[in-house]
Amino acid sequence: MASVSLVDVEKRYRGGVLAVSELSLTIADGELVSLVGPSGCGKSTVLSLLAGLETPSAGRILIDGRDVTGSPPAERDVAMVFQSYALYPHLDVAGNLAFPLKLAGLGRAEREGRVREVAQMLGIEALLERKPAALSGGQRQRVALGRALVRRPKLFLFDEPLSNLDAGLRAQMRSELKRLHARLGATFVYVTHDQVEAMSLSDRVVVMREGRVQQVAPPAVLYGKPANTFVANFFGDPRINLVPPRILGRPEHPAALLGVRPEELELLAQDAPGTQPARVELVEAVGPESWVTVELDGSRLTARVAPGSEPSPGEQVWMRVREESRLHAFDARGERLETP
Amino acid sequence: MRNLTRLGRVLAVAALLTFLLGPFLWQGLTSLTPEAELGGRGWPSHLTWRAWAGALAREDFLWSLFNSLVVAAATTCLCLLCGAPAAFALARLPVPGRGLLLGGALAVSMFPPIAVVSPLYLVLQQMGLLDTRAGLVLPYATFALPLTLWLLTSFFRQIPSELYRAARVDGCTPFQAFRWVLLPVSGPGLATTALLVFVFAWNEFLFALSFIHSPGRRTVPVAISLFAAEHAEPWAEIAAASVIATLPLLVLTVLFQRRIVAGLTAGAVKA
Amino acid sequence: MSLARRLRTERAQAILFVAPAVMVLVAVALVPILAALWLSFHRSILLFGERAFVGLDNYALLLRDTRFHAALLRTLYFAAVAVTIELLLALPIALLLHRAMPGRGFLRAAVLIPWAIPTVVSARIWGWLFNPDYGLLPRLLPASDVNWLGTPGYALHAAIVVDVWKTTPFVALLLLAGLQGIPEDLYRAARVDGAGRWTLLTRITLPLLMPAILLALLFRTLDALRVFDAIWVLTEGGPANTTETLSVYAYKTLLRAGNFGYGSAQSVVTFLVVMAVGVIYLRVLGAGREG
Repeated sequence: MASVSLVDVEKRYRGGVLAVSELSLTIADGELVSLVGPSGCGKSTVLSLLAGLETPSAGRILIDGRDVTGSPPAERDVAMVFQSYALYPHLDVAGNLAFPLKLAGLGRAEREGRVREVAQMLGIEALLERKPAALSGGQRQRVALGRALVRRPKLFLFDEPLSNLDAGLRAQMRSELKRLHARLGATFVYVTHDQVEAMSLSDRVVVMREGRVQQVAPPAVLYGKPANTFVANFFGDPRINLVPPRILGRPEHPAALLGVRPEELELLAQDAPGTQPARVELVEAVGPESWVTVELDGSRLTARVAPGSEPSPGEQVWMRVREESRLHAFDARGERLETP
Repeated sequence: MRNLTRLGRVLAVAALLTFLLGPFLWQGLTSLTPEAELGGRGWPSHLTWRAWAGALAREDFLWSLFNSLVVAAATTCLCLLCGAPAAFALARLPVPGRGLLLGGALAVSMFPPIAVVSPLYLVLQQMGLLDTRAGLVLPYATFALPLTLWLLTSFFRQIPSELYRAARVDGCTPFQAFRWVLLPVSGPGLATTALLVFVFAWNEFLFALSFIHSPGRRTVPVAISLFAAEHAEPWAEIAAASVIATLPLLVLTVLFQRRIVAGLTAGAVKA
Repeated sequence: MSLARRLRTERAQAILFVAPAVMVLVAVALVPILAALWLSFHRSILLFGERAFVGLDNYALLLRDTRFHAALLRTLYFAAVAVTIELLLALPIALLLHRAMPGRGFLRAAVLIPWAIPTVVSARIWGWLFNPDYGLLPRLLPASDVNWLGTPGYALHAAIVVDVWKTTPFVALLLLAGLQGIPEDLYRAARVDGAGRWTLLTRITLPLLMPAILLALLFRTLDALRVFDAIWVLTEGGPANTTETLSVYAYKTLLRAGNFGYGSAQSVVTFLVVMAVGVIYLRVLGAGREG
């Protein structure tokens, strides 16, 4: 259990590639913080830096108040779960789980005790004698998790641990991880490219792009008050509608772009005060709702519509924003504008 | 039309097999032919093991088999001992001057062995290692090292880097990660490399010829080349000795042909 | 631990890992080359135990030594002919092996047999086949009165046959690896466009196989230039030195005549010739890669 601080961290690779720049972040003891962003945004690099697998070009890293910038992984008391699980193929499951404990010099009795405890917690006691090659994806993932748990480390790092699982299993493991975090009360740093995972698991989310932090906030704030268009676009499916103000009938608005979430866009069958006329282009029925894409003056917007009441493609509809306060305003650089 | 090309292919395969195996099989046949019928027309009237018995009765030939085995085995061990850690480091650690090392190894692999015979002769003489098996092992290992490094580095690179990273995070120093995780996992690569080094060491001729004089210490290639030194060429016995000298390698090759092919081509393709 | 100290420690550890290999390579390969160079500047006859510095005298001798010139030309000829034949034979073999067919594993093992047989034994096998009194080949071949190994001019080509037999399989394997790297889709697309067998071979296979061919050329040429084993066992450089290659001549000078000074000079020049060819090939290979 520990707090984590990154202070002005920068990572530059040979050849000048800047993977991470001006990164300052504090994670409280017991928090579950996700790092999200498109590939190449630097999130995995940050994880490597926290683990000690790579050293920063500048800045400091502190774990539990201790400066660990120059410490190799073995001295940091950090455990990591990898995307491909990285199980030791020549050892059986029990051997994999006991490996870090052997290195730490624990006695046989204590090793076996901890291995059993963790195996029970994760439901893998029956697999202890099997080799990784004989396990399914989900089972391997649990063993990888077990190998981290068995060490009782200060900090848990997760590098896209669910990406290699199929969708059903992923959802199940997601809830298990959340429950595990609640039960352990440990500090988790979690890297993913899946925004749903990040939103559902995290206390706070760090959005990264091209090595820089875009915003750090709890999921609700990221969704409700995105700091820029990148963050606004990243969360929400279907994506937020970003259009010039005149499309929404506000030509005098100072913002360069206005953002309205699909659920905030109302479509009416006839003209009404405050609406703009638009033509329906596409209707996608996805089950619990339908997504209707309309077109006006070169811009496309998508609205969520209750099933059964969708307009047809080609129809004329009238659209308006349900609530003024839920409108997002962005300037020419994409930064959030606080509407007065 | 299909049958013609199939026939063509069968003929091609037959020709190929004759070309590849024919000479060796002829040697085998010769070794079983009675002395008197050598060079005669047609098949031998009967097969005899006399030549084989004769070859195996020669004490220095038997010693040469033993010597080759010892030298080849020692060379293989030395190569793996030096080469495995180096290859691991080249694959995963920040080695200063790695380009220089690999370039140097490449250069050594291009040396004509004759070029180092004179100084090595003098050095071995100084160290009292001339005419000893130990004196062969070090030069052999040196010239097999580039091949070893080539092959093993590519094998270590193929092992996913996450395995090494996981070992480090679990608390390993680089050496512990090498010893407890990477080395066990690289078993197949080590086996392939060991095979190729063994074959190289067994077949080496120039150094063995130059550095060893005593009949009792000679290796197999030298023994074969000097077989008829004493009296009129015992052709059948020479043939028998040749076949015997080749048998260990043949067995290894047939058993491990897949590995050997993979090793030969992997080393080359990665170069 | 401070960051700087950690980076230094990791570097030191990496050096320790490669140290044994480096030491062996330097001590037993690099130093001797320099030592050979040093020896070549001396007049040193092993038997008499003398050593006197003579500067470049040995090299001046080399320039006038017609036997050395002959050996050099012969070696180049040997390499050129052997490597060409090997390539021409290896390509069809590789193409044949590339096709899936029953018994492919057996065929591959068979291909490896000549490679596995010690060169010395191969030379014995072919020496026996060429033997004027008992050999199979003089009986089968038309010019049956020719004593292959005893006739100048013929003997060198017998040595080439040995070399070709032993190493064509290796070249075939290299080319096979190259072939396996060519995506099937290219052939399919070309066939859909109406390409015939010959076009497929010349337009797709050969160009894409170029890196493997060049690599095979590099290895084989260097090996052929260094040839010793086969020639020594077959003819010991005879008859009348007509199969004497650079390595054979140098060996005789060093260990038959015990003339370490002059022999070292020969060795050094041999070394330079081989390395020069190697560097040229590497340049071409590198340029080919970028192209």
